[in-house]
Amino acid sequence: MPSDIIHYSLFFIRYSFFLKGCVKEKMEKQKLNPKLTDALLIGGMILPIAVGALLKILLIPAAEGVEISGAHIFFTLPLPLGGLPITETQVNQWLVMFSLLFICLYLTHGLKAIPDRKRQHLAEWIVEQTEKLVKGNMGEYFADFAPFIGAVLGLSAFSSLLSLTGLFPPTSDLNVTAGWAILVFILITYYKMKCGPIRYLKSFAEPVPFLAPLNVISEFATPVSMAFRHYGNILSGTVISVLLATALQGLSRLILGWLPGFLGEIPLFRIGLPAVFSVYFDIFSGCLQAFIFAMLTMLYVAGGFPAEDYFKKQKQKTKKASKKTSIKNLEVI
Amino acid sequence: MLELAIGIILGCCALGAGAAMIAGIGPGIGEGNAVAAACEAIGRQPESKGDVTSTMLMGCAVAETTGLYALVIAILLIFVAPNLLVDILLKAVGK
Repeated sequence: MPSDIIHYSLFFIRYSFFLKGCVKEKMEKQKLNPKLTDALLIGGMILPIAVGALLKILLIPAAEGVEISGAHIFFTLPLPLGGLPITETQVNQWLVMFSLLFICLYLTHGLKAIPDRKRQHLAEWIVEQTEKLVKGNMGEYFADFAPFIGAVLGLSAFSSLLSLTGLFPPTSDLNVTAGWAILVFILITYYKMKCGPIRYLKSFAEPVPFLAPLNVISEFATPVSMAFRHYGNILSGTVISVLLATALQGLSRLILGWLPGFLGEIPLFRIGLPAVFSVYFDIFSGCLQAFIFAMLTMLYVAGGFPAEDYFKKQKQKTKKASKKTSIKNLEVI
Repeated sequence: MLELAIGIILGCCALGAGAAMIAGIGPGIGEGNAVAAACEAIGRQPESKGDVTSTMLMGCAVAETTGLYALVIAILLIFVAPNLLVDILLKAVGK
């Protein structure tokens, strides 16, 4: 799990610079043939998923009957503090990140001051919407959070949507969502400490010092509930999809079983019907959970930040600083 | 005798998972209330539909948490606990 956190933080930083830098400023003139670069970028989007499918076909033994299992472990890296298992989750997560990177490149390459392509409109719309969402929920002070929230939203939504291609969605592994939740927890604590660690410790003794243990528990319940919420929703969708497919198989066998030969084995009810439920469990639930995770991140970080006290302190500091400089100036004179 | 013990472990794990999912009642009622209130609000002020819907989805997600705790425990009981407990039993018996 620590490795996960490093991966994600690295990715978030890259991606945030990317969104901020590319869309707002005009990119340099490209020298390559634009159609070729487009093709390369689209290839870059699809290739990771193809690689994932290939890995799944080649390395993971096919399940017999109904099998609901966790991520397949490809191999274990020997490290001084116990082995680090490299699982399907990590591999798929990196594939999603590469795919996202190429989507960003595709959307943002060849930007012009006066947009003439649809993809630039789309990129601008995404950035504007994210900034509007962040400013509306967190206030002006946190306007720089937009790239981070955009990265969380994109990574989470695409990780959940990976299940549409038949691969293992990384978000249905607790390690991934727990990694994200710990990242958010660090952020929350950092912003709570903005007015000094003493004020942070004091906040646990509110409203009565007697309630301090409960406050500590609820502090740690935040990341736990965030991780479990995302993981539980995606995993339950997967489990229900598998159970539903099996049940429909049984139903079609029950009704068509008396027919002779291969006619009796036609999975009649499995044609199309699971797709209808997949619209809810895969597409809607995945996107909703991504939105909720981003939303809760924003609310917790902005809610934990003691805005009034912080700005008062800043004002006092600037006043003191200006007084000091004026006194120094007087001495110099 | 060993078969009986393992059978009891498996059966009790399944029963526990089923009992854990009773917690699904709470979020169901809670989310129903939330959606009912949201419908009422939209009926009173149709122009605030977007805000009400996003707030409702947020509230639903938070209300769902207890249900999801139960779900995680049920999943652990079904997929993880039996192996662990049977291993412990076999070790205790000495096989």
